[in-house]
This record gives sequence, C-alpha cells and structure tokens, in this order.
Amino acid sequence: MTLEPLLREHPFLTSLEPQYLALLAGCATNVRFGEGSFLFREGEPADRCFLIREGKVALEIAAAGRGPIIVQTLAAGDVTGFSWLLEPHQWQFDGRAIEPVHAIALGGACLRGKCADDPRLGFELTQLFARLAIQRLQATRLQLLDVYGNAHASAV
Amino acid sequence: MHPLSEPSAASPWTEPASWRVTATRRESDDTVTLELEPPAGQVFAFRAGQFNMLGAFGTGEVPISISGDPATGGPVLHTIRDVGMATHALCSLEPGDRVGVRGPYGTCWPLEQAEGADVVVIAGGIGLPPVRPAVYHLLAHRDRYRRVVLLYGARTPADLLFTGELTRWRSRFDLDVQVTVDTAAGGWRGDVGVVPDLIATARFDPATATAFMVGPEIMMRFTIRALQTAGVPDDRIFLSMERNMQCAVAMCGHCQLGPFLMCRDGPVFCHRRLAPWLNLREA
Repeated sequence: MTLEPLLREHPFLTSLEPQYLALLAGCATNVRFGEGSFLFREGEPADRCFLIREGKVALEIAAAGRGPIIVQTLAAGDVTGFSWLLEPHQWQFDGRAIEPVHAIALGGACLRGKCADDPRLGFELTQLFARLAIQRLQATRLQLLDVYGNAHASAV
Repeated sequence: MHPLSEPSAASPWTEPASWRVTATRRESDDTVTLELEPPAGQVFAFRAGQFNMLGAFGTGEVPISISGDPATGGPVLHTIRDVGMATHALCSLEPGDRVGVRGPYGTCWPLEQAEGADVVVIAGGIGLPPVRPAVYHLLAHRDRYRRVVLLYGARTPADLLFTGELTRWRSRFDLDVQVTVDTAAGGWRGDVGVVPDLIATARFDPATATAFMVGPEIMMRFTIRALQTAGVPDDRIFLSMERNMQCAVAMCGHCQLGPFLMCRDGPVFCHRRLAPWLNLREA
C-alpha cells in the first residue's frame, strides 16, 4: 500500500504538488516508536527524516553530569530536521519519543537521489526545508535572548 | 493628608493608603503573590488588566498588575517578581506587614468587545498574572465566547507560575491550554519551544478571534508577527505595556511613548494604535 495519502495529509507537505508526493511515497516507511525510545541519536548517520503524525519527540543533547537537556519538542505536523539533506548526514541531537510516536520515515539517500533526478523536486523540497530551518533559527535566537531572564524583566 | 474618597476603577486613590498583607505565596524562586487587604471599611474594585502602585515603605513605588479575580471580594492579589530593590522589598513582606497602595490605574482588557468569538490569551513569563483576571472572566462567562485558548511560555519548568491552576484549567474541556518553556531538563514531558511557534497550531479562528497578550516586548513583537501571519487583524490584537511607569497619574511623563502615556492610555492597548510607535529604537 502506498503512503501517498498519509503524505498528502501531513501539514509539512501540503504545498507540494501531487506528482511529487507520489515520488516521495517511494522513499516512505510507516514507523512507530514507543515512549522513551530514540528515533535517532547524536552522531549516528542521518539516513532518514521523520514526518511526525502523532506523539511528541524531544530533541535533546546529553551533557556530562547534567543529564539530557531538551532544546525543543516536536509534535504532530512537525518534521525532525534536515541533517539528511546536507553532508555529513549526521544527527546533531538525540531524538527521543516522550509519547508514543507514529511517523513517516523518508529515506535520506532515496530523497537525495530523487532530487538529483528531478531538480524541480529538489528545489521544492529545499524551499520547504529552508523555511523550516529559518523558523528553527528564529526560535533559537529567541531562546538565546533569554527574554524571560532578568535583563528583560519588569515587575508588572 | 486629606480624607480619601472610596476608590473604584473609575476613581482611583491618588495617594497611597496603608494596606495589610494577609498572606503571601511563593509562586517560583523569584516570584511571590501578596494578598492585600484595604483599610477597614473601604471597598476596592478593579477591572481585568488594571494595576496598582505598590510600595514597601522606604523603597519607592512600582506598578504591579492585579492578578486576582475582579468578580470576587476578599484580599486583592498582586504577583510580583523580585527584580530590583522595590520589588525585593515587596517580595520580602510577611503577613501582618503594611504596604502602600494606590490605584487602580489604567485601561482594561476589552472583554465585552471580544464576546461572540474566539479569544486567544498569550502570556510570557511574569505576563501571566496581568492576564489572569481576564481568564477568570472568560471562564466565569464561558457561554459568551467561542473557543478560548491560553498560550503560556516561561524560561524553564521551575519558572512556571500558578502551576496548580494551570493543571485545573488544562482539565477543562472548554479551555485549550498550551504551555511551553525555553529549555528543560530531560524529565520534562511538556513542550520546549517559544511562544510565537504555538500560534500556528493553536485552535482558533483568526478571522474572528481577539488576542490578549502580555510578556517581554521582544516576545510580543514576534508573537504579533505570528498572529498577523495567521490572519488576526491588528485591531483585534491587544497587548499590555509597562514602560518606565513612575507616577501612574500622567504627570511625570516617564512612560511616554509617542503620543501615549502608558499609565493613562495603557497598560492595555490595541496594537493598531500602538504599532507605529512600538518598534521605535528610541522612544
């Protein structure tokens, strides 16, 4: 059974034309992760990206003596990231399911191959992931600003 | 000192009266709620969004939003973050201590104007206390509104305020509560991220919704953009501003922003009025 209908329903891909969804379906696998299990771990090959359909994923970084620090959580409608797209194709964080997760995994090598074969698809996907990267960058900048810290504090 | 008339939202006290602290409650490491009792025989009334000037004697006054329910009597609640000398003195008060109070001052949340449609309440950090009276009103008159959404962000899970109340609100079927923090340790099961990113997935109708927002100005700036992207028009985005308020009675001019005095024309503003002045580099 093709996963094209599930891809069409995912908010991240709503702007993608139908013929491209059919191409992506060839790289797609339906996956599940139990609570507490890892979708990926820092340093491992980023050979897939995950379109989350249900559940919640914590992007974590392990710190010696402190335990994991959660830098972002992702939920239904989100995508895990873009490490699959650019070399060295290596995960930069741990991705842990903090709730049972249903997702569609898209094979990284498969996606890159289809993008090389069809530059228009490559452009469309790059646009989607660039938009995601900008959104994550802006959120990170806000977090770095520490807007709730004392430097920005008022009493009211 | 001349005798003070009975205060109300329309005629605030203009000289501080000595109120008694009846209880204190620590909300987080640096934030305390004071329950205050007006002088005997005097009735205090306020509208959601208004503030009082509070002063522990000898340390000056600061504007503090009233964080309790405007519809109930009893002690008047103020939730204060310990960020300086005056607020430190207030946060150090104990039951039985006295505090100087004058108010209430300022504009209020346009709760009647928002009736009949969705309402999105957005708070960041110490911004939750100023909108809490509006949430009480929305819940007390739930049939007058359609969907009600509360989006709240804080620095870490330990900095979240009113956690018991948030849990109760989350258990309601007629209130959608989304809480996020900037960073968390591994055991946290809630969301980690920034408030503006909550807008895209929040369930409300941007074509008709009204947004009430309080938080650090940078947070509000990005959240306004997210609301605009979602389709909420500027004339239904309301924010509470507190810049350099000192006298609270439109006399000193410290809180001037363009043609507005925050204490007199605010703290609650419609974004459409304030937008030309909000992002000025020097104001």
